[in-house]
Amino acid sequence: MLEAKSRWTPYWQAAPLALVFLIFFILPLLVTFIVSFWTYTGYSIAPAFVSDNYLTAFDKCFSSLPDLCTTFRTYLSTLKFCFLVWLITLVLGFTIAYYLTFEIKTPTMRIVLALLTTIPFWTSNVIRMISWIPLLGRNGLVNQALMGAGITSQPIDWLLYSSFSVTLSLVHINTVFMIVPILNSMSRIDRSLIEAAYDNGASAWQTLWNVIIPLTKTGIAIGSIFVITVVMGDFISVGLMGGQQIASAGKVIETQITALQFPIAAANAIVLLAVVLMIIWTMLRFVDIRKEL
Amino acid sequence: MTEGRTKTFYVLTLIFALYVLFLYGPTITILVLSFQGPSGGMTFPMNGVSLHWFHNLWNGIGVPNVVDALINSLKLGIVVTIVTVVISIMAGYAFRKRFRGSNLLFFTAIASLILPSIVVSLGIALEFQLVNQTITGWGDTLVENYVDIENPTAWTNFLGWIGTSIQDNYQTLMGLFTSGLGAHLTWTLPFGLLIMFAVFNRFNPAYEEAARDLGASPWQTFRYVVLPMILPSLVGVALFGFTLSWDEIARSSQAVGSANTLPLTLRGLTTTVTTPVIYALGTVTTAVSFAVILTAFIAVLIVQARRRRHGSDAGKGVV
Repeated sequence: MLEAKSRWTPYWQAAPLALVFLIFFILPLLVTFIVSFWTYTGYSIAPAFVSDNYLTAFDKCFSSLPDLCTTFRTYLSTLKFCFLVWLITLVLGFTIAYYLTFEIKTPTMRIVLALLTTIPFWTSNVIRMISWIPLLGRNGLVNQALMGAGITSQPIDWLLYSSFSVTLSLVHINTVFMIVPILNSMSRIDRSLIEAAYDNGASAWQTLWNVIIPLTKTGIAIGSIFVITVVMGDFISVGLMGGQQIASAGKVIETQITALQFPIAAANAIVLLAVVLMIIWTMLRFVDIRKEL
Repeated sequence: MTEGRTKTFYVLTLIFALYVLFLYGPTITILVLSFQGPSGGMTFPMNGVSLHWFHNLWNGIGVPNVVDALINSLKLGIVVTIVTVVISIMAGYAFRKRFRGSNLLFFTAIASLILPSIVVSLGIALEFQLVNQTITGWGDTLVENYVDIENPTAWTNFLGWIGTSIQDNYQTLMGLFTSGLGAHLTWTLPFGLLIMFAVFNRFNPAYEEAARDLGASPWQTFRYVVLPMILPSLVGVALFGFTLSWDEIARSSQAVGSANTLPLTLRGLTTTVTTPVIYALGTVTTAVSFAVILTAFIAVLIVQARRRRHGSDAGKGVV
């Protein structure tokens, strides 16, 4: 009796979690996939099986090659942001994780400094974006300083509402996603391995490249997946910091939703999903993330 | 490794300090500018120091629903926190045992964490739109078939009444505490689950066995043995639950229905408001975040201090 009862325990314990994901994650994805083949009128969407939405999404994309169509250009621009933000957050995140793990000697200090880097994660992203306005605007602090120092005679326009400010803001918000997993992997490295490397005559760079980086590979991969997926789907930073002028894969979907073109938005969402899954799949080929858990 | 400080240490310390400045500098800037004098603008210099923009904010800044949005976000945040904590504990327990589909459930949680928010948000919006269209469709069918028909019976009248009720009253199931709550949970629950994994991976089952051997029921074991031990981590789950919900924008964007949350309102204001009142709102929002973070840290410190003071409560019986 007790055996039979406890056999079912994990099922009802996991049920609420499974139910939430079923209703608010799995079903929505399915619905998106189905609706991407539907048609729409002004107010409602209607069942059908048409490929029009995908054709619209890739309008003239293949016939006009080698010229890039809007969709390809948008994805190219999104991938460019992705690569740039990934590279910067990786180098920055790795450096900071290295500093906290190997250069800070007391555990208390390490925890305090690690918390210092993570606290902004618990505050609003929108506000962290707005915060750049008084710094980077035409009359902002940076321009005031540059003109005061005589470096430029006119305020620089490309500091705000530009690719620069989008990249800056994405790095600002997402570096923490690199720091935490890399820190986690790094703090598990057995110190004697590093001492062994030094004892065998390895230089600091050789130790870093041949010992530390391979051992933090999983953390790097987890951080990379997080940063890349966030940037691929981003429409808030690109919208706010790009002055609503820069296109991104996520922003295209948002614009179509606003125009009530739900099936086309759904088709674009499925394309974005496919691209993101392909990127994740490629990255998972390099590491086995399950080992970390 | 060399004794004393190397050159690397100083270089890295400088980089770290610059990073922290980069991280906090902008927020501190708008915090300062939100105390701008009444005639001051969106950038430096400060034209005096005042609480003018906070008063302005409190009076609704002439923009509708700012205070409503703040209250909406608070209410939703509290509900999300409670639901996240409860579901995470239950799921954390479940994952300590083997069960069919546990891998699938785990990967679903991870997928929910990393797949683009705009896709999740759109999906939820579409799902609810379909539900709405279906229910409205039922209403129309019922009215068409059972209202003003020949030979009505009590049953057809009842069906007709349901039909007209739907037509008259039903608008949408979408809302803050239906689709909005769900959208936030797809974001907070993966974090809650990962924290519970970390907790139970280090949890020694011997404590529970001892409690069982001494005759505690499963509930008593949880309430008096497990809960006090995992309490600091639960504070962590709650912290994630509230702050992530409070700041959530991407998943909320299509899924909260007509009621706006604070981040959504704030985003809208960036294009229309050109006075420091938006910084005042930013300062208030950040203040709430910091109050929650601080409360969480203090709660954990209190729990730990109590634990040190009491040590063991063996022999004192169930309190």
